[in-house]
Amino acid sequence: MSFSIKKQGEVVVVDVEGQLIVGNRQELKQKVLDELEKGEKKFLIDFSQTGYIDSSGLGVLVSLSKKIREQGGELRLANLNVDLQTLFELTKLDTLFQISDTRERALESF
Amino acid sequence: MAASRVAFDLRIPSDVDYIEGVVELASQRCRELKFPPSKCSLNVPVALSEALSNAILRGNVGAGGKQVRVRAIIDDHSLVFEVVDEGPGFDLDASTKDCTTDENITREEGRGLFLMRKLMDRVESFQQEGNVVRLTLRRA
Repeated sequence: MSFSIKKQGEVVVVDVEGQLIVGNRQELKQKVLDELEKGEKKFLIDFSQTGYIDSSGLGVLVSLSKKIREQGGELRLANLNVDLQTLFELTKLDTLFQISDTRERALESF
Repeated sequence: MAASRVAFDLRIPSDVDYIEGVVELASQRCRELKFPPSKCSLNVPVALSEALSNAILRGNVGAGGKQVRVRAIIDDHSLVFEVVDEGPGFDLDASTKDCTTDENITREEGRGLFLMRKLMDRVESFQQEGNVVRLTLRRA
């Protein structure tokens, strides 16, 4: 499991490879916060290579969303598979985040 | 009553880095038993991950030297996981919060037990040589 970060235009794109769970959520949080501190405002997390997310992982997304908004930025999500969509629906987090089917649509939405 | 058998019985150190390996093993057993794919890729991984992280971080309070036992018991109709920690236990109903309310949805914590109960057919917590959380997932 790992996170890769790259810039596409003005958007910082984070790929979550593997799981987003209690054992690695702090790593994701720190990587995004580091970019936020550098002045980045637009963030996209792409889950096309993600297995499952636990409650700690969901919590980190909520926390990052708040922190990014506080700095005048935006966090968007893309490429949730059917299982992840179910997870977001169960927790109603699909109402809290702007979620796109593809990375391209998400990038266009900023 | 259907005959049951133990699919695995492990003791792991109280360390969250061990969760992923146990969850992978559990998902593999789920697939071998030909449970519906989403139960093996969503229900089992997330619910078991929650039970294990609760046991490690809350039951054993992250203390080194302690262990968590996890057993999987299968029969024709269901897959049961028992996660045992060395803590005093907790009141399952009182500890489960509805994380979907306006008040709770923006909180970072508090989705673990909610998800366990949504994703499993039955969740029980009781004392028996430690604090046991038992998760039951029916095939259909």
